Amino acid sequence: MRALRPLGTVGGLLLFWQLAVWLTGVPPYILPGPLAVGQALVGRASLLAGHAGITLTEILLGFALGSLAGALAALLLVASRHARRWLMPVLVMSQALPVFALAPLLVLWLGFGLGSKIAMAVLIIFFPVTLTFFDGLRRTETGWLELARVMGAGPSAMLWQIRLPASLPALGSGLRVAAAVAPIGAVVGEWVGSSGGLGFLMLHANARMQVDLMFAALAILAVMAVGLWWTVDRVMAALVRWQPDTYQNPR
Amino acid sequence: MVSAALAPAALPPGMALSVERVSHGFVLQDELLPVLQDIALDIEPGEFVALLGPSGCGKSTLLRLIAGLEPPRGGRILADGLPITGPDPSRVVVFQDPTLYPWRTVWDNVALGLEARGILKSQRHRVDQALELVGLARFASALPHQLSGGMAQRAALARALVNDPRLLILDEPLGKLDSLTRLTMQGELVSLWQRAGFTALMVTHDIEEALFLATRVIVFSDRPARIVEELRVDRPYPRHRDDPELVRLRQRILERLGLGGSW
Repeated sequence: MRALRPLGTVGGLLLFWQLAVWLTGVPPYILPGPLAVGQALVGRASLLAGHAGITLTEILLGFALGSLAGALAALLLVASRHARRWLMPVLVMSQALPVFALAPLLVLWLGFGLGSKIAMAVLIIFFPVTLTFFDGLRRTETGWLELARVMGAGPSAMLWQIRLPASLPALGSGLRVAAAVAPIGAVVGEWVGSSGGLGFLMLHANARMQVDLMFAALAILAVMAVGLWWTVDRVMAALVRWQPDTYQNPR
Repeated sequence: MVSAALAPAALPPGMALSVERVSHGFVLQDELLPVLQDIALDIEPGEFVALLGPSGCGKSTLLRLIAGLEPPRGGRILADGLPITGPDPSRVVVFQDPTLYPWRTVWDNVALGLEARGILKSQRHRVDQALELVGLARFASALPHQLSGGMAQRAALARALVNDPRLLILDEPLGKLDSLTRLTMQGELVSLWQRAGFTALMVTHDIEEALFLATRVIVFSDRPARIVEELRVDRPYPRHRDDPELVRLRQRILERLGLGGSW
């Protein structure tokens, strides 16, 4: 029953949308109703599926690589004082660059295929994951660390046995943000230059006034983004069993 | 019997401790705030010493120095005649907060010390014994958030005892417990100490607790802490809280703390 509640909200919004379209008589090339979008979803299913597959690959690979790189960078930063001194300022400054501005360059260097989109997603995921995980590792409760010291734990045991598990909730926040922005990276990459994917399809549909197809692509994108986010949330909740606090079940 | 493996014969005797003219302080806004002033204290092996004093007077700081978590700014502290240079599992601390690791089960929390020293594989039975000793054997696989305050503090005690400490450092370990649990655990602490033979050093705010547990009570002044009184509590265990001698000592401590008229 509880799982149905968000569906009820979405259903209500769709109904409101459809009614608004009927009542205002807005033409379908400006705003198609949900019924028209549904027809497009069914009627152009194979076209949409092909492009969705490309985008999904980009999102998943981008998420995996970006999260991995971010997590490794955080571990490196916390383990080595030199890494903190030499890398941290660069990392922070790099965030002042509008990453999206790099998209044309990435397309130039990596081509119209998957590579440039994955690189885009990795670039925008990397920083939030690094920063949240690093903060989690760094802000381990002093009591926990002192106790481990009293018990005779060395630096590596402190990192793996105490700091790492203690920082899993923070890593979880980073990964949830990453899951939310990964699709943005993929789509922006596709807009700048590509030969396939939902972003590519949306641009083309828009140019041909096929707004219903555009909305259909958008709906698939939304479902993929929510699915990824939900999966990450579940996995982190299972890993952080000792802190029973997820977005679906907040304390 | 549970106590067999932890019987006094199998344990090292308690540790001798001497605190030699220790002074300490913290730098706050470029100024040195003195916390301990010329503390000198000798503790015999197997003694149970209670440190009593006003809140914030620096008793806990002294415990941190003895645990080796910080070096003193002046003076030195000898454990069995050797200067303390850092933390060591032979001197374990039980804090006011149980400080259990929430991601570890009770068993894994208790196992930490043995695990950190790489001897857990051959010594797993010691974890079971320590849990048995504090009455938590049935909760070995529980997670800390499932425990009551008293149970969590028992787990913290087991985690200290598993190391067979020669000095048990207790920083107001019962301070946050309800009064009934507190009375029970005071009795348990005495019997653990009597059985294992370690030296115990405890900070407390509670005069009755100090008199019920300790062989010697040291009264500290307000910050910077100095020792203002040392009382030997020469009464056999188990003690009774209305023992006239204890009542007399309590009155004396209250007077020392400037609270003589309040009772």
